[in-house]
Amino acid sequence: MLKLSRYVLYDILRSKIVLAYTLFLLVVSFSMLQMEENSSKAMLSLLNIVLIVLPLVSLIFTTIHYYNSYEFIELMSSQPMSRKKILLSEYAGVAISLLSAFLIGVGIPVVLFAANETGFALLFTGTCLTLVFTSLAFLASVIARDKARGIGFALLLWFYFALIYDAIVLLILFSFNDYPLEKLTLVLSALNPIDLGRIFIMLKMDVSALMGYTGALYKDFFGNGSGILFTVGIMLLWIIVPLWLACRKFKRKDL
Amino acid sequence: MIQIENINKRFRKLQALSNISGSFQKGQVISLIGPNGSGKTTLIKTILGMVKPDSGKILIDKEEINDNPAYRAKIGYMPQIGRYPDNMKVGQLFKMMQNIRNTNVEQMDFTLIKQFELEKIYEKPMRTLSGGTRQKVSASLAFLFNPDILILDEPTAGLDPVAAEILKEKIIAEKKKNKLILITSHILSDLDELTTHIMYMQDGKVVFIKEIEMLQEETGELKLGKAIARIMKGEQFDNHWIDRIFETKSNSTIY
Repeated sequence: MLKLSRYVLYDILRSKIVLAYTLFLLVVSFSMLQMEENSSKAMLSLLNIVLIVLPLVSLIFTTIHYYNSYEFIELMSSQPMSRKKILLSEYAGVAISLLSAFLIGVGIPVVLFAANETGFALLFTGTCLTLVFTSLAFLASVIARDKARGIGFALLLWFYFALIYDAIVLLILFSFNDYPLEKLTLVLSALNPIDLGRIFIMLKMDVSALMGYTGALYKDFFGNGSGILFTVGIMLLWIIVPLWLACRKFKRKDL
Repeated sequence: MIQIENINKRFRKLQALSNISGSFQKGQVISLIGPNGSGKTTLIKTILGMVKPDSGKILIDKEEINDNPAYRAKIGYMPQIGRYPDNMKVGQLFKMMQNIRNTNVEQMDFTLIKQFELEKIYEKPMRTLSGGTRQKVSASLAFLFNPDILILDEPTAGLDPVAAEILKEKIIAEKKKNKLILITSHILSDLDELTTHIMYMQDGKVVFIKEIEMLQEETGELKLGKAIARIMKGEQFDNHWIDRIFETKSNSTIY
């Protein structure tokens, strides 16, 4: 499997898009951490980048990569190579390149200027989100029949997780604010990896004091070991389930 | 070596393969012929596992080809339109395939690479190659690992006469080594000196599988092209005959 991933990685590095992405992250993180006096404020801006830009780039890049390497996939499928192996090698290649871009682009500045608990929570969330959205993008591209549909589907996923989902949660909270919703909001947060990541980082910051009673509940839940375990578990599910579904679908697909 | 049992495949409205059965043995050269869209390429892709049949099974060396991709090591496949990763260089492509197949250099067959003089273009990226050169690469790849079964989809289309002659001679040489060779082609004169069996397909069905001698005897034609033309004409006659019946029927309803 690693043999194949090596060729996938090589192909990705040739296209230089990942290099540009790394550079972009590096410049943004450096400038934010340098310009803001208050490192917590800088982290908040950086958090928004991680929560909005990272999923978008992962989704779009992965989808485009999948359709661009369709020939490669076709070629491999006529060789003694199982479909599962082909897809997982593709995933490994894309995930490794996007992840190293993130860890270089954001990881180095954070370690240099904000090596505290919040900083590492940010790196953890970014790593998870990259893997989650790469996995979701593979599912979208395997299901969609052509490039336009695939990218459209990926964009829809992004809109849903980054924008629409929050609106739905707010709507639910407003319409049912007479009832105790703390448990429900906890469940709702697990249904969206971006939200989960946001809460996970926010609770490491001072701003969590502003979140009132729910904030206190969250702090109680996410603050201890079981909360971290919960976050890791849910994130892992978000990585594995879409990838598993993509594998299943890909096995039966006509190339 | 290849045993096909009642294969069916439907692409939405189109019945691409309907109830195809057949058995191909070592030393045979089978020419798959039929009009465009008659299901030849789909049949080939089904044998390679690139298209999954709706029902029926395929056995290669008495083993069903379900999820075990190992059988594809016995097959060399030359696709109709060779599509390769754009950024990859010709030399890298050969090296990668060798790496993936895990074969020793001694067991490999470099004759076509040498005869097509592909070593000269080892440093060229695949995207810069002309259609004909791409075909040469595809052909060399199919023969490179000395497989027991060769599946060639329109092998001479797009090749210049010199290259086509080289390829034909290579096919004859492999035939003498007692290999099973499956060819589809529209250029019937190319098949004349190679083929031992004719498999004629139309609308996803096998019209007949016959030894070439029998075909020559039945049609009284020595040239394959003429023999097939005679059969096709015969069928056209049948169609007209059916048309005429419908005509008389519709006329009778008017009266």
